[in-house]
Amino acid sequence: MMYRYALRGRGDLAEWRNAARGFLGAGIAPDIIDWRTMDDADGLFGVADNELPEPLPHHVPASVPPAFIQLAESVICHSDPTRFALLYRILFRLVHDRHLLQMASDADVVAAQRMAKSVGRDYHKMTAFVRFKELPLPADVAGHRRFIAWFEPDHFIVKRVAPFFQRRFNDMDWLIATPKGSASWDGESLRTTDDPAEKPDLRDETDDLWRIYYASIFNPARLKVKMMTKEMPKKYWKNLPEAELIPSLIANAEASVLDMAKREASQPLPFHHRLQEAAAMVPEPVMPVAGTLAALKEQARSCTRCDIYCRATQTVFGDGPTDAKLMFVGEQPGDQEDLAGKPFVGPAGKLFNDTLAEVGIDRQSLYITNAVKHFKYEPRGKRRIHQKPNMGEVRQCRWWLTQELELIKPKLVVAMGATALFSLTEMRQRLEDVRGEPIAMEDGRVLFVTVHPSYLLRIPDEGRKAEELIRFREDMSRVKRLAA
Amino acid sequence: MKKSLKERLAILSDAAKYDASCASSGTVKRDSSASGGLGSTEGSGICHAYAPDGRCISLLKILLTNFCIYDCAYCINRSSSNVERARFTPEEVIWLTLEFYRRNYIEGLFLSSGIIRSSDHTMEDMVRIARELRTIHNFRGYIHLKTIPEASAHLIEEAGLYADRLSINIELPTDAGIGKFAPEKRPDNIRRSMGELRLKMEEMAEPTLQTKRRKKFAPAGQSTQMIVGADGASDATILGTSARLYGSYGLKRVYYSAFSPIPDSSKNLPLIKPPLMREHRLYQADWLYRFYGFDIGEITSSGADGMLDLDLDPKLAWALGHRERFPVDINRADREMLLRVPGLGTKSVKSILSARRFRKLRLEDLKRLSVSLKKVQPFITAEGWTPHRLGDRADLRAMFEPKPEQLSLL
Repeated sequence: MMYRYALRGRGDLAEWRNAARGFLGAGIAPDIIDWRTMDDADGLFGVADNELPEPLPHHVPASVPPAFIQLAESVICHSDPTRFALLYRILFRLVHDRHLLQMASDADVVAAQRMAKSVGRDYHKMTAFVRFKELPLPADVAGHRRFIAWFEPDHFIVKRVAPFFQRRFNDMDWLIATPKGSASWDGESLRTTDDPAEKPDLRDETDDLWRIYYASIFNPARLKVKMMTKEMPKKYWKNLPEAELIPSLIANAEASVLDMAKREASQPLPFHHRLQEAAAMVPEPVMPVAGTLAALKEQARSCTRCDIYCRATQTVFGDGPTDAKLMFVGEQPGDQEDLAGKPFVGPAGKLFNDTLAEVGIDRQSLYITNAVKHFKYEPRGKRRIHQKPNMGEVRQCRWWLTQELELIKPKLVVAMGATALFSLTEMRQRLEDVRGEPIAMEDGRVLFVTVHPSYLLRIPDEGRKAEELIRFREDMSRVKRLAA
Repeated sequence: MKKSLKERLAILSDAAKYDASCASSGTVKRDSSASGGLGSTEGSGICHAYAPDGRCISLLKILLTNFCIYDCAYCINRSSSNVERARFTPEEVIWLTLEFYRRNYIEGLFLSSGIIRSSDHTMEDMVRIARELRTIHNFRGYIHLKTIPEASAHLIEEAGLYADRLSINIELPTDAGIGKFAPEKRPDNIRRSMGELRLKMEEMAEPTLQTKRRKKFAPAGQSTQMIVGADGASDATILGTSARLYGSYGLKRVYYSAFSPIPDSSKNLPLIKPPLMREHRLYQADWLYRFYGFDIGEITSSGADGMLDLDLDPKLAWALGHRERFPVDINRADREMLLRVPGLGTKSVKSILSARRFRKLRLEDLKRLSVSLKKVQPFITAEGWTPHRLGDRADLRAMFEPKPEQLSLL
């Protein structure tokens, strides 16, 4: 036998759910149910009896994954008359196959997803293309401003979309009328109905401003009509105030581009010349006295001695008092240093500061700088991967380090890592061979070699890392004694 | 005589149209249902209209003024140009934004400006507009402010408190290009400002000690724009700059804007048709870099002189140059390799990974997932399908190239 069941079919899941529960409880197979909407049923077949079969004995109410309810809530809004049968077929199959919805290529699942997508698109287009028109309040009436819109959705989505407009247009009263129902807000409650509405006759002067904007923001040199109609199909145009301009904008596009090309650049107005003169009159900024550390730092800001500069954010110059007795030299700024413009402020800098504090060296009293003053890296997605500067770059940048040494004249210089050692001495030795002992330099200064703190951060083995941290701290204690 | 509001709206939106960005997505969710006021943002943006140039109109994109003391050759508003000049008062910008928003024309405001008097003077007016929209008018829609690199730190900080997105346009991919075409702009200042914005966003994203609440600073992040085709930079140079900007400053987007002839154009620039296809290929390449695991080097190496192939999309061009990596078995390959198959996008890859746990996929399955079989067939194996050395065919490229246009008799 064949069951016939008619639904109002205006986007309400409850009526379908109620019927579907009844059929499922009686074990009725999908292919013997004829689902209809009441409009059809009334006109063509007389009123359907809408009686549900008796449930099977020992029947346990079926449960479904939440994803199905979500899908069904959306599919039920579709205007396709086959949606009820499709949903019931999926429901029926779900009883035996819990994973059905994950089978993205199953024909029923694909069909339901398509309907959901179409409803989603209709929802989205309604949020985009509703145009409110103001209905001015009578002169003697105070209260919220009032707006009315007319829209023609493809599916039964008014109730679904209404909360969006309530969240957005809270401080005004509004009504959205459509052939598939209406929604309204009066500052207190959101009301929806699924009765068809009549198109109101509305005017709003502000539409003129909007049309001016629409015409002016359009670039006639980039005509792409297909792209426009794909996203804003013609069926929506009749209710969009700006759409009446489209044919003439398209028709005149080529002429206006040609016209632009014909008009050659004219002579600038006096305004421009006055600006140019004023710019020429601006005095050069006061530069620090030549031969000071401040002057050197200023010069280094625009260093282009090697190519790293145009990839980095800025020069990261040394930092500390001009008369420091103790000077630390690292390799190059890292990600954080590059952004902040100061040396040793990232993770390695934090480790460095903590160790200094532990052994009792005052960071404020020392001068800290890098062998290379710009950050060299490779971009990798959202991050930057540190790249070791090559010897040529280190040699170019030594120009700055040498002058820093000459101006500050520290008694003790600490090279942290191989790059610093190379820059200070041109030595390319294993760190271990020279680490931890003071080395006399030609100019009377003392050099001390240790590892770079970022090396300590990269040791994967926790035990070894702890050992190396102790060694680094011992090195720093020795530095403290040597500097005293 | 003072120009009317309509006249000025025409001038100041015409002056703003060369900025490609109109995005209103990616910010925090907020609305006016509980608190009153006007406006909401719900994660994904909404395009309220499309112009015949195919571009989405989501925001009221205008300049506060098109008077400018800079003389950047590519810019319609440069000081030596004879375009009509105008300016809005902050009150007018606020009024337009609110009235447009109430009629559901827009998602919010994208405000930019020519530089008048000084950077701080201009930035102060822009910040004031954002502040009054938020605090006086309870406006909860989207606000995008163009940031002026030379403006003071406290103004930038305030801008970030009210705006969803901040942006600074780098305009040209190389320092040399900026020096030539935008002599008053300082590329190092631009980089430093972007760096400061990133630091500020990271700092504010840390939960505070007392309340554990995160403060909101430009929750939709920062973006920038590069003009394509005004200087001689190659695609490899442009994309290399993009990669550095994404990595260094955490940019949400780099926009590419095909250089488009402007009225009263500078003599230093070509009056050409905007290279729209090139712009399109750059966007595709940018996507491959950000979402498909490609390196810039991989994307640009197949073309000559660091230029992308205009006839083929960059993924297809890469696949044709690396046929030894194909065919890919869609029932076994990992996500990384599936993403490299021409014709498979991130969504279809996700569906394939989900569906193949339950059964061996055939070509029909792919077809139901709306995958273009014509495009993927030569590059995959599936249950019941092997491409029969299709991948080695010498004419494979020709299968995908646009058909030559038939010449017509004069």
